[in-house]
Amino acid sequence: MARFADLPLWLRTTLRVYPWRRIGPVPCAVLRKPLSECRVALVTSAGVVPVGQPPFDESVRGGDFSYRVVAGDIDVQTLGEFHRSKSFDHAGIVADRNLALPLDRLRELVIDHEIGEVAPRHLSFMGSITAPGRLVRDSVPEAAQLLLDDHVDVALLVPV
Amino acid sequence: MCHQTVGLVQAELERRGIVTASVTMLPEITERVRPPRALSVPYPLGYPFGAANDAGLQRRVLRALLAQCDRHDVPSIAVFDPSDTLVAIYATE
Repeated sequence: MARFADLPLWLRTTLRVYPWRRIGPVPCAVLRKPLSECRVALVTSAGVVPVGQPPFDESVRGGDFSYRVVAGDIDVQTLGEFHRSKSFDHAGIVADRNLALPLDRLRELVIDHEIGEVAPRHLSFMGSITAPGRLVRDSVPEAAQLLLDDHVDVALLVPV
Repeated sequence: MCHQTVGLVQAELERRGIVTASVTMLPEITERVRPPRALSVPYPLGYPFGAANDAGLQRRVLRALLAQCDRHDVPSIAVFDPSDTLVAIYATE
């Protein structure tokens, strides 16, 4: 983990005083089949964007609450990296998009019969959302429905 | 803020019946947001799967993340130890 004490002072201060949204009650879905038969989707907050889709908008107050759809068969290294947060080192993701959206690794697990299949669509948000009201009200239900429409069994989520 | 964004998406997916697990690099924040299942990794922000172009390590983190999907003791945070094949587990409450 990132050691909290090693973070820059401005970030530690922000994280300490920010009124975090607390999930409650905590939902618990049940896996109804073996992982080797499950369809798996990835959700990242790295702000990656497929070629041809608009980048995230840094000027939206409270953070851009939109999301982008990433096709399951995309060459993951072609994704644009548009996250502009200064709170993390971007070099790793610039070098290898699998760090934020490990689609290549997921495909390998399908070949090894550890999961059933890669979902046809995956989701990318830009995580620097300080005012998540519109995210929760508008984007998240729509994004969740998209994965349900694709009969996704398991979703793995990746902050950066 | 990424951890909160991910947690809020995760909670909605789980409410609708999709089983979820998320990576965390800041378990202190994840404990406050309380997504159903999380895997704490010993990597800095920006490196949730460990290292660029290290397919073996990325696969191990991914497998450990998938292994959380059977858990019902939510909210929980497991700890990924790259030097060990076992994953220690502690509940957030």
